[in-house]
Amino acid sequence: MHVVYPVVLSALLFSIGVYGVLARRNAILVMLSIELMLNAVNLNLVAFDIWAGDRLHSGQALALFVIVIAAAEVGLGLAIVLAVFRTRKTIDVDRLRALSERERADDDAEART
Amino acid sequence: MTAVLALIPGLPFAAAVAGLLGSRWPRGRAGRPDPAARRRAAWFAIAPLTGSAVLTLWLAGALSRGTRTSEGFWAALLPGRVAGAYPVIDTGSLPITLSLQADGLSVLTGGLVVVIALAVQVYSVGYMRDDPRYPSYTAFISLFTSAMLLVVYAGDLILLYVGWEVMGLCSYLLIGHWWEDRANSRAAIKAFLVTRLGDVGFLFGIFTLGTAAGSFRIDDVLRAGIPEGTLILGTLLLLAGVAGKSAQVPLQTWLPDAMAGPTPISALIHAATMVAAGIFVIARLYPLFLGAGPTLDALAVIAALGMLGAALAALAQDDLKRVLAYSTISQLAVMAAALAAGSDQAAIFHLLTHGGFKALLFLCAGVVIHHAGSNLLGRMGGLRTALPITFVTMTIGFAALAGLPPASGFFSKDAVLTAIADGRGALRPVLFASALLTAGVTGAYATRAWLRAFFGPARAEPGAGHPPESGGEAPGSMLWPLVALAVPSLLFGFALPAFGGAVHGETAALGQAAALLGIGAVWWAWRRDPEQDPARLLGPLRGVCERGFHVDAVYAALVTRPVLRLAGGVGRADVRVIDRAVRGVGGTVTAVSRLVRLAQTGNAQLYLTGLLAGALLIAVAAVMSG
Repeated sequence: MHVVYPVVLSALLFSIGVYGVLARRNAILVMLSIELMLNAVNLNLVAFDIWAGDRLHSGQALALFVIVIAAAEVGLGLAIVLAVFRTRKTIDVDRLRALSERERADDDAEART
Repeated sequence: MTAVLALIPGLPFAAAVAGLLGSRWPRGRAGRPDPAARRRAAWFAIAPLTGSAVLTLWLAGALSRGTRTSEGFWAALLPGRVAGAYPVIDTGSLPITLSLQADGLSVLTGGLVVVIALAVQVYSVGYMRDDPRYPSYTAFISLFTSAMLLVVYAGDLILLYVGWEVMGLCSYLLIGHWWEDRANSRAAIKAFLVTRLGDVGFLFGIFTLGTAAGSFRIDDVLRAGIPEGTLILGTLLLLAGVAGKSAQVPLQTWLPDAMAGPTPISALIHAATMVAAGIFVIARLYPLFLGAGPTLDALAVIAALGMLGAALAALAQDDLKRVLAYSTISQLAVMAAALAAGSDQAAIFHLLTHGGFKALLFLCAGVVIHHAGSNLLGRMGGLRTALPITFVTMTIGFAALAGLPPASGFFSKDAVLTAIADGRGALRPVLFASALLTAGVTGAYATRAWLRAFFGPARAEPGAGHPPESGGEAPGSMLWPLVALAVPSLLFGFALPAFGGAVHGETAALGQAAALLGIGAVWWAWRRDPEQDPARLLGPLRGVCERGFHVDAVYAALVTRPVLRLAGGVGRADVRVIDRAVRGVGGTVTAVSRLVRLAQTGNAQLYLTGLLAGALLIAVAAVMSG
């Protein structure tokens, strides 16, 4: 199988992930998009590992690392999303703007909603 | 022998250290003068000085048995010479030798310093009776005496300069003794700055001469064949320092203001010793000055202007101490005239007699001022019955000042006049005319001050003075120094033959005629109306003379105000240009950052978009550039 198929597939997956991260409002969907990007990278790693014929299979080993880290990240991220939801009653990332730099006093009021 | 030489200035120095450190301990109650500390300070002041006086006497005795090595009347009296070899400080180029030397000139001047300092210290015990800072006052006098003796006995120009500067410091400290009054501290600062202006020239003069001679030792400098151009430059620079220290034109303005200090200080520092140090230094380096004709001509101009101008100013002053201060400037100019005419002997002779009678006059003025409660002649009058001893001694002092025989001033003035008449230089006639006129005006102002203070109706406001509780004229500690100084003021002139001099009939007659003319004019004016000030003889010149020919105003316009304006300009430039630039940078950064803050919306996705766009741009750029 030519290396271009998995590469194109992973590029598509990554682009979908980027779109999700940048455009979705729901924090859980943003995290899912991050998973998509990570998995696109994994696909790349495995494909190039085979293509380059690395005898130590370092690409596959690195993919395993990424999977482990992604699992930890999801665990941590979901916990944060839960905590945000409990305090703000929303997980819409567009409305979570407590760190914005504004001189008007209404950002506190907005953060409380 | 050299150890004795070191002890003479060393003893007063030890006294100053002991007085500054020891007399306050153990502490009395705060804010009140502690009688035990005062007594201790007086002992610290007087005992070492007596030791110095005894050593000076012994040194004089030793020198009188020496063999004659140099010219000069002091060499006839005290022909010997002692020079001490002391450690050499290696500076990398010209070494500084800590050497002392004593010859007739040093011993005579040093003896004068010690005697006057002793009289002033004894006098101060009574005069400064109620002063809370008496211990530090006496310690500074001791330090001053030590510095002056160092100048007198120094064998090295740098060592001489050290003493010279310490004298200036002590003068500053003592003029400002009552610094609580703003005018006094201003006078002290003025004296310090004006003399410092001259001292810059003095220091560079020492450098010039020392470098040209290859050594700072006075003997080497005198022996070295310095080229004439260098010699003129060096001596002119030295002359600047001398004009500053001896209050000569154009740096004379500090001395009348220096009268803000206590009267004994005026007697010691600003009449007898420190201001005479300039004359002494020229006499010490006289062979150099003789080799530099233009310098002596400049000195002649300074002297001719200074003696007559200051005498006229003295005639118009109403403050007794300022009369004496201007008189000091005038008399120092007379000494400078003798030096300019080529006779260091006449100058030093006049220095010695003037030191004695002017210190006497100042100390008498102190008693008078204490009694009248005011410095102003307009508040005195009729004091001859209340102050009989002061009257007699001050009369002797004024007679010496006016140059009347048999007082010492007659002989020394005659020596100066003769020296000028026989002297060198193209300016000799001007100098001689100026000296004769000065003799007349001197007689006039001496008579005026004498009449205004001791004769006529009493003008003192009742209760203004603070006479001693015992009811007498003054405490004994104040009267004994007067008597002790009056005797040499009256009789010192008779030692003239011992100095190898003689009275010269013609010049003596001329001088006497001038002096008597001045005295007579004032006497006549006073007889006509004792209530009026005889200074009205000056007519329209009176106001100008009273303000010292407006020299202060001229300096204020020429120097002080431009400097102040420049300082103000610099201050404004600091605020308006430099500070504004610094604040502008801060303001600009704040304004720019306010723009940049607009990007911080709080939307994490916007940040990420920016990040991605940046990464894409970099990637595209990397691909495009190959």
